[in-house]
Amino acid sequence: MQTWSLVSMCVLLGIVVRWGVSLNSYSGAGKPPMFGDYEAQRHWQEVTYNLPLQEWYSNTTENDLNYWGLDYPPLTAYHSLVCAYVAKTINPEWVDLHKSRGYESPAHKLFMRATVLVADLLIYIPAVVLYCLYLTDGSTKKKVCTVFCFLLYPGLILIDYGHFQYNGVSLGFALWGVLALGLGWDALGSLAFCLALNYKQMELYHALPFFCYLLGKSVKLGLMGRGLFLLVRIASTVLVTFALCWLPFLSDPGDAMQVVRRIFPVARGLFEDKVANAWCSLNILIKIRSILSSDSQIYISFACTLLAVLPSCVRLLMKPTFWQFKLALVRGIQLIILPLFLKDGLLVPYAVTSLAFLFFSIYLLSALEHCSEEELRLGAFHKLLFCLPKLDLFYISVSAMAGLSVVTVALVPPTHLPDLFPVLVSSTAFLHFLGTFIYFNIVQFSEPPSRKSQKKND
Amino acid sequence: MRALTSCIGPWCVARCLSDLLLICHWVCVSVSHSTDFEVHRNWLAITHSLPVSRWYHENTSEWTLDYPPLFAWFELGLSHAARHFDPDMLLVENLNYASPSTVLFQRLSVIFTDLLFIYAARECCRCVQDQKGSRDVLNRPSFVLAVLLLWNFGLLIVDHIHFQYNGFLFGFLLLSVAKHLQRQHLQGALLFSVLLNLKHIYLYVAPAYGVYLLRSYCFTQDNKDGSVSWSSFSPLRLLALGGIVASVCALSFGPFIAMGQLPQVLSRLFPFKRGLCHAYWAPNIWALYNTLDKILATLGVRLKLLQEAGLPRASMTGGLVQEFQHSVLPSVTPSITLVCTLLSILPAVASIWFRPRGARGFLRCLLLCALGSFVFGWHVHEKAILIAILPLSILAVENREDAGIFLVLTTTGHYSLFPLLFTPAELPIKVSLMLLFTIYSFTALRKLYSGRGSLLRPLESVYLLGLVGVAFACEVAFPLSPWQQKLPFLPLLATSVYCSLGVCYSFLRLYASLLRPPGKPKQP
Repeated sequence: MQTWSLVSMCVLLGIVVRWGVSLNSYSGAGKPPMFGDYEAQRHWQEVTYNLPLQEWYSNTTENDLNYWGLDYPPLTAYHSLVCAYVAKTINPEWVDLHKSRGYESPAHKLFMRATVLVADLLIYIPAVVLYCLYLTDGSTKKKVCTVFCFLLYPGLILIDYGHFQYNGVSLGFALWGVLALGLGWDALGSLAFCLALNYKQMELYHALPFFCYLLGKSVKLGLMGRGLFLLVRIASTVLVTFALCWLPFLSDPGDAMQVVRRIFPVARGLFEDKVANAWCSLNILIKIRSILSSDSQIYISFACTLLAVLPSCVRLLMKPTFWQFKLALVRGIQLIILPLFLKDGLLVPYAVTSLAFLFFSIYLLSALEHCSEEELRLGAFHKLLFCLPKLDLFYISVSAMAGLSVVTVALVPPTHLPDLFPVLVSSTAFLHFLGTFIYFNIVQFSEPPSRKSQKKND
Repeated sequence: MRALTSCIGPWCVARCLSDLLLICHWVCVSVSHSTDFEVHRNWLAITHSLPVSRWYHENTSEWTLDYPPLFAWFELGLSHAARHFDPDMLLVENLNYASPSTVLFQRLSVIFTDLLFIYAARECCRCVQDQKGSRDVLNRPSFVLAVLLLWNFGLLIVDHIHFQYNGFLFGFLLLSVAKHLQRQHLQGALLFSVLLNLKHIYLYVAPAYGVYLLRSYCFTQDNKDGSVSWSSFSPLRLLALGGIVASVCALSFGPFIAMGQLPQVLSRLFPFKRGLCHAYWAPNIWALYNTLDKILATLGVRLKLLQEAGLPRASMTGGLVQEFQHSVLPSVTPSITLVCTLLSILPAVASIWFRPRGARGFLRCLLLCALGSFVFGWHVHEKAILIAILPLSILAVENREDAGIFLVLTTTGHYSLFPLLFTPAELPIKVSLMLLFTIYSFTALRKLYSGRGSLLRPLESVYLLGLVGVAFACEVAFPLSPWQQKLPFLPLLATSVYCSLGVCYSFLRLYASLLRPPGKPKQP
């Protein structure tokens, strides 16, 4: 069957699942006074539409930063402004300054969900399709399966269409960046990634691989010739992009600093909402908060993060191939936030989309079983975990996740450990992350098999 | 991947898709439901809380029990499971009760009963002959049929969003057809009797069953020239068939006949007080008739040939189901529609009597009975088009001409279901699912019959492209235009008239393919 028809069917299915999930409840629905992320996005539309640009990130009488103050970079603010213009034409009550706080209605929910879908259709979905069609190996069917799995990935669907966020935009831009780098268009790739960074500062997680790959590539081309030219082009692209995004704030350095302070709130501490990371897990064993001061926590966390990604970045610098770059990117931290979904009443969509993803990963993985062990380079991995064969590991992890999900819903935690389940979920997530982290480190540092595509990307 | 898919059968891949299908059904759990949801909740309550003697007399709610008794027994069975979800839904007084547990239970019951449909689809796929060869799994006729049946857009919307048990019922129909294709006629007859006692709308296709079974099952042999061999009549077979039908009806109607309530039950099952057309006109001949009447009336008033005061008030699509008088053309009564329907199916039925063409001829006749009743019937629901579309899928994967007719009928029929989902929240889902099914059916069937020219004639392609225009006009342009207030029924009228053209055309083409003598070369 023709590729375009298969791909369009995958995209349509992705849209159906996304819209189906979005008909469910959103973050903070019906929960005054603060509501949730949905109200935060609506509030940003209100703020950006009604207030002058200099006041968006500052605490003024008109703009109370304690009530969902803007804490994403300027591109998010511009996006909210565009949405606000549309909202104003449909129903001005949605963005009335102060009066629209906590506004909830079926029509408004439809509008907000539609903005997420439109953003996805314009930015994320085309990036996924083009990436899978042009930068993955294999037959057409395999590429279409990859598109399918990408588009059905439950984490993104549930967060964006359930909980309510716009991660598709920043991830989409980052993916455009990866796509451009894969096709050899380095300047365009840097442009796209800068846009991603200016949309959500979380993309900083991916900044190091981008930086190391481009730097390594320039060095390889020769710092006295083409390499320097490339470096200059990339640097100027980055500077111009940043300048254009921050232009309205650059007239007053105070404004720019205020924005930076809002984007990087170092006073918030390490444990915000029990997200999955090492600190939360480590805290079970050692009460870190009581040992170290807030500042020391920040410095140590920064140092450890850097140490963790350093080996792969050094490898990337020395051997800047696209394959190595993709591996380094996988270090993007993945957050499993089941308790957050439960707070928003999203259990059914969570179950459904996770199941869908699992089904198809299993079917694809069973296709993967036909690959030789050598291709997967799991030999070294097995040496580390000699007691557990590969397949059992997969099913153990799936059972653990399923079991945790069921337990979190069905049982009530003991009174002396009220946060038992969220912490368990975070720890499990971190263990998974650690496992895949080690695996990909092994993959990156062992000899790659000779592949035609490898030569093509070099 | 190629190695993987070539060694597993098409059914395994289709089963993987059906898992995805069930998951998609779950996703639709939260979509808003229609009045049919309350209808079924009410029936759960009636059958659970009231004694059997009150079932067909109960009218606290406007949605009285109007399906045959076997369906009432089915609802009784469901109600015992419903007790564990939310007992309050089983109180007859709780009109429009729709707690989250109720919605969850109802949706789950549809998903669960759909398993029968999945089984029936599998049986149909086994009847389709796959050509031997190195064909890729995804291009085998049985796989294409599996997807066309399981992912049928009409069934998805009607059952899982709008809310009904059609998947369950179509499971019986398709299973019965599959049994006939597999020459297990008694099982097929049993399944059809059960189906008739679950929903009497399938009376539309009963003539096909009756004549086929009589001709091809009761007469065990044919003469050499194909005509009836009267001497080969087998009374035993006739008795067996009669016994099966009688026992199923006895099981279903028995208690009501014993209580002397049969007239009451029948009056509930056949409410001819309802109008010629449903609130939204099904795309049949009467939609065209009504439109012509309206146009003539308007012209007559403009040309001063008619008095406006003398015309009956127009409210055919006002949302109420009433009797309606035509202004210019003669009014249509139920008896007229019955006569028209019988006349329209007579050639098909006669054809399988005089020239039986085996089980596939029976399937064709079944289709024509279903389509004829749709085109000429009284108070037809647009959902009834599915009775024609689903069996046509079986023929479409085996025969090139049928594939062309299928594409026209299915796309038109599915589009005519759009007005069932009218809220803005449902728009992305219905458009995406429709596009998904349409793209798949076109590309899969084209691939199946590749190399022999286009499946559609030029006029048909133009008509289908016109559907896109109508869709855009009705869903996007019209709501934003100034006519929205003055003529709110215009999109419904336009949809139903445009679709009736396609449906009537498909009906005629199917007839042509049935009545054409075998062996005559097809027109290019």
